Amino acid sequence: MAKNAPKIGVYVCHCGINIAQTVDVKAVAEYAMTLPNVVIGRDYMYMCSDPGQDLVKRDIKELGLTRVVVAACSPRMHEPTFRGAVFGSGMNPYLFEMCNIREQCSWVHVDRAEATEKAKDLVRSSVARANLLEPLEDRYADVTKAVMVVGAGISGIQAALDIAEAGHKVYLVEKEPSIGGHMAQLDKTFPTLDCSACILTPKMVDVSRHPNVELLTLSTVKKVSGFVGNFTVTVHQKARFVDVKQCTACGDCAKVCPQRFPNEFDLGLATRTAVYQPFPQAVPSAFVRNEKQCLGSLPLACGKCLQACEKKCIDFDQKDVDREIEVGAIVIATGTDVFDATTLPEYGYGKYPDVLTSLEFERLSSAGGPTGGHITKISDGEEPKDVVFIHCVGSRDKAVGNEYCSRVCCMFVIKQAHLLKDKMPGCEVTSYYMDIRAYGKGFEEFYDRVRDEGVRFKRGKPSEIFRRKGKLVVRVDDTLLGKVIEHETDMVVLGVGLVPAEGYLELAQTLKLSLSSDRFYLEAHPKLRPVDTNIDGVYLAGCAQGPKDIPDTVAQAKGAASSAIGLLNKGKVKVDPIVAEIKEEACSSCHICEALCPYQALVYDEQKHVMTVNQILCKGCGVCPAACPSAAITLKHYTSVQIDAQLDALLSKAAGSEQLAVSGTGTEA
Amino acid sequence: MAEFNPTIIGFACNWCCYAGADLAGTSRMKYPANLRIIRVMCSGRIDPQFLLKAFKDGADGVFIGGCHPGDCHYVSGNYKTEKRVFLLKNLLDGLGIEPERLELNWVSASEGQRFADAVTAFTTRIRELGPLGLNQPQLVVHG
Repeated sequence: MAKNAPKIGVYVCHCGINIAQTVDVKAVAEYAMTLPNVVIGRDYMYMCSDPGQDLVKRDIKELGLTRVVVAACSPRMHEPTFRGAVFGSGMNPYLFEMCNIREQCSWVHVDRAEATEKAKDLVRSSVARANLLEPLEDRYADVTKAVMVVGAGISGIQAALDIAEAGHKVYLVEKEPSIGGHMAQLDKTFPTLDCSACILTPKMVDVSRHPNVELLTLSTVKKVSGFVGNFTVTVHQKARFVDVKQCTACGDCAKVCPQRFPNEFDLGLATRTAVYQPFPQAVPSAFVRNEKQCLGSLPLACGKCLQACEKKCIDFDQKDVDREIEVGAIVIATGTDVFDATTLPEYGYGKYPDVLTSLEFERLSSAGGPTGGHITKISDGEEPKDVVFIHCVGSRDKAVGNEYCSRVCCMFVIKQAHLLKDKMPGCEVTSYYMDIRAYGKGFEEFYDRVRDEGVRFKRGKPSEIFRRKGKLVVRVDDTLLGKVIEHETDMVVLGVGLVPAEGYLELAQTLKLSLSSDRFYLEAHPKLRPVDTNIDGVYLAGCAQGPKDIPDTVAQAKGAASSAIGLLNKGKVKVDPIVAEIKEEACSSCHICEALCPYQALVYDEQKHVMTVNQILCKGCGVCPAACPSAAITLKHYTSVQIDAQLDALLSKAAGSEQLAVSGTGTEA
Repeated sequence: MAEFNPTIIGFACNWCCYAGADLAGTSRMKYPANLRIIRVMCSGRIDPQFLLKAFKDGADGVFIGGCHPGDCHYVSGNYKTEKRVFLLKNLLDGLGIEPERLELNWVSASEGQRFADAVTAFTTRIRELGPLGLNQPQLVVHG
């Protein structure tokens, strides 16, 4: 071994039996010892544990290791752990290499001999790479002490309040004219039957009055650039046409407006004018004018509201604006929408007025709703004598593309059955379900109580709803009786599931966020990093990450807030040193790289006649070195030499190929 | 003669395909053990020379996994990969390498099943194509 050759330690993890049952870890460790510059090969039960990490640290000190390879799980899982461990022993963290023999090997292959052979190959590739790793220096950047919270439902409000209380500036961005989200539409909340507005509206006022919170309604995120600690967000704010600061929400403008449109907040069960307040408790407490619905300001057209407003706060000339805002972290709290029941035409939603969604029923039941909380049929205003609830509409249904359970609809519908029985004890209430999922604190007890109140729960998923002699008929296979029945009723409430909020895809693309298969935003790790995303400094709160009830939403919002606060309080962030570098003497000034770089990080130096890399802008994608015809560009940590060495090793042409050829027979397992 | 067991090199971008492969792993989905993956941060890092080198040095197939169009962590790296792979496929034929030996597939972080299926299908295809045979003498030595 040459005097200055690297001294490599290879550690093969059993991961309990996760790796060891399919891969002969001892054989892999012994094999590693035969590879160039490897001075020690060990196997250990749990490398990520304290004793496992200590093993590495001790060898670095006692054996003078200069490179470490850990063959264990995905680097996406524990690379930071082991980088930290080797750093603790004075080794540069970028001299550590992780070899993935769990997700890439033991968990996906069955044959022990094959899996062991592959593990050896992967270790050989990692050792070849480790031989060529170079120390890199982490750089640090200051963190902008402000957070943007996108979405101002209960999760966004809670996250904004927590961050603001911790002393940081918050920009709370909401696409609607008022904050509050879906929780503001609810009558009561399960299982405690709190009045939703009574617990939410004070929070809405708190957040709007907080000196550290700037509220941006009618606003959406248009563009995001930068990185953790230093994001620049372009927010598009639509014109409100009403001066929020001046408006006292007196309503004089709406009184004179001749136009009528369905009220979104009441889901079209009531109407509103073209200049309107979304709901009486809206925050900001100000009116908004819908430009498309308004007849206009020309005297001949209308302009009545302009005359009616004594404070002159209506401004027809307001324009949409784009604002660039600097923040250190972003919390995504864009929430959810309800499943569109018209995609299941067999249920007759949209065709029969007395087939409602559960959210519409909530508005009917609410004292602030279109009927003042009096539950009546939409068709004739009469009280229903028989009401049917249907569970799992648009949830757990592959046919509509939603395989997942929406989690809240069972209890949502059970609560509504209770509200109905409470208001109209004589009304027959039947609930058709396939499973009841009462998983939360106090949920099962609440379900029991509602059954005792006389709500009938019948197992079976209705196949069809139609009208016969003025009555709705629900046809359902009662799976407990084992026969198809027809249930005549006055009103049907569809327990609709939750789907990602409108615009989820655009935001995912703007921020480069990953989606899970259910189309909600993907967390960095389902168990251990539930509020983080794959983008450092971007956190998830509430239903944006998946369907949740209010307590879980608030809990996650507090988690996201604390992550953002922690980042801001640290003051500095590590900037990845994996960036492109140019060998100036090799650059032929062809400018090919310049056009390819998505970050405009490659800049031509007019004096030297070479390209240079702006290492702050460079994100380390490696598009430029792959295109440079004179091999003048290198991507640190993913150099061509390193990748070539991995290829050589995998294709059994690395130095010491005689040993490799022996291993190729695969006889040891 | 023993059954042909192809050597397949993979390149996977860290954010989508590699994460999808991780999900295939955590979900314990099974696929053939021929593929050996080299992780890169972006599929845009993959120099066509790596692919040619892989074929030259004994790979029977090369699999590239990137983010779906529009989802690239680095804005547009995958579009560049697509162009490069398209051009290289045109060249391969002239070099006596069937273009089908080079596969570019989009796999998102949530598509573990798609990853497993893609690897299985690609391995089957390479088995059917048989050994590449550019380095016949070496195969004899090491086989």
